[in-house]
Amino acid sequence: MATPTLVKGARSTRSTIALKLAMAVSGLIFIGYVLAHMYGNLKAFSGEEAFNEYAHHIREIGEPILPHAGALWIFRVVLLLALVVHVASAVALWRRASKARTQKYAVKKNIRSSLSSRTMRWGGLTLLLFIVWHLLHFTIVKVDVSTGDTGSDNPYRLLVDSFDVWWMTVIYLVAMLALAMHLHHGMFSAIQTLGFTNTAKSRARAREAGWILAVVVAGGFSLVPIFTLFGVIS
Amino acid sequence: MDLTLNIWRQPDAVTHGALHTYQLAGISEDMSFLEMLDVLNEQLNAAGEDPVAFDSDCREGICGTCSLMINGQAHGPEVTTTCQLHMRSFKDGDTITVEPWRADAFPVLKDLVTDRSAFDRIIQSGGYISANTGSAPEANSVPAPRDKAMRAFNVATCIGCGACVAACPNGSASLFMGAKITHLGELPQGQPERYTRVVDMVAQHDAEGFGGCTNIGECTAACPKEIPLDVISQLNKDLRTAMKQGR
Repeated sequence: MATPTLVKGARSTRSTIALKLAMAVSGLIFIGYVLAHMYGNLKAFSGEEAFNEYAHHIREIGEPILPHAGALWIFRVVLLLALVVHVASAVALWRRASKARTQKYAVKKNIRSSLSSRTMRWGGLTLLLFIVWHLLHFTIVKVDVSTGDTGSDNPYRLLVDSFDVWWMTVIYLVAMLALAMHLHHGMFSAIQTLGFTNTAKSRARAREAGWILAVVVAGGFSLVPIFTLFGVIS
Repeated sequence: MDLTLNIWRQPDAVTHGALHTYQLAGISEDMSFLEMLDVLNEQLNAAGEDPVAFDSDCREGICGTCSLMINGQAHGPEVTTTCQLHMRSFKDGDTITVEPWRADAFPVLKDLVTDRSAFDRIIQSGGYISANTGSAPEANSVPAPRDKAMRAFNVATCIGCGACVAACPNGSASLFMGAKITHLGELPQGQPERYTRVVDMVAQHDAEGFGGCTNIGECTAACPKEIPLDVISQLNKDLRTAMKQGR
């Protein structure tokens, strides 16, 4: 696909780096969201009343200036836009990368890249599937797998009844492993794409940030299902 | 030492190629990798076969002409160019697979030779500074801070061999571009064109069909000149600044 001519009228916004910047910024929005979501989930340790009160409060943020659940819908719209930008840029870059090397190597070794960095695309798709499943489970249909009921109005009971089922806990823990891997490289990659790693030291810091974020978010999320399965949260 | 070589043979740019197996005996471990291929070619010549075409020029690791993907690693298992790789890095009885750089922006011309003129066009699009002709100006009239000068000199060691592209799973030339952007952008002489340079070079890079960077770091592991990953951060930062300036 090499071209013998020079590009005329180059624009920064039409470059692959612009797509990467879009991925980095939308990714940072998700990071902010998962941190808040993880913190909210830990309310399960404070018991049924505290957890349900928290869930209810999310719908009242900004009232009476905002309508009921107004802030929640603003969050949802922002997240949905970030998801569209993140996935669309990823698809565009993935297609580009597969066209950049149509003849594969017979032998190719990976020397320095981490497993998480090499699984960003398929790992991202796994997370997308998980998000669909997770929204159906807890937000849209609200299925209580132990009773088969739908549309539960008690978030705490729905949570406990879900994670009392071992395979449900396993699904969520596997998803958290995928999330940890995606965040481990994603955090570093976003910082690098935004151009904040111009020295060896700042690059090492950005890698540490990836590790810390992965452990804090995935670890924090995993606590609730594990402690529910072992009966601490009941 | 005795070796089994799997070498990519392709008669020309349009015909499809394949790996061919050759046996080679009595190779000295003091030979360079290219001298080993010279021995193979003498053997092929004597048998009336077409010798294996590969790129080389200075054979002292400074020109960037040699290439070769050796057992899945650009320039082979050591941090150096293929011409400075020696057979002592291999063992008697080894099977060595030799392939050309694989990137659609580097089309194979014959056997192991690729057309890397895409890099020339990236340089042509912005990898220069404008200077008046005439007698050379006094060298010390434009002071450069030491740390910036050191960084510029360090990344100016890029020889444009293309190992970064060859090693990158996305076939991206970001490390190469980053080296040029950083080298010129750190010095006072590079400032006037700094932000048009990055936009033009990235646009040319994209038009040549190189992939986008995913910050994986295989490029810097393969680089014979050990260009660090932070040049890609610099590239991103300069492009972001150019974007802010509406370029």
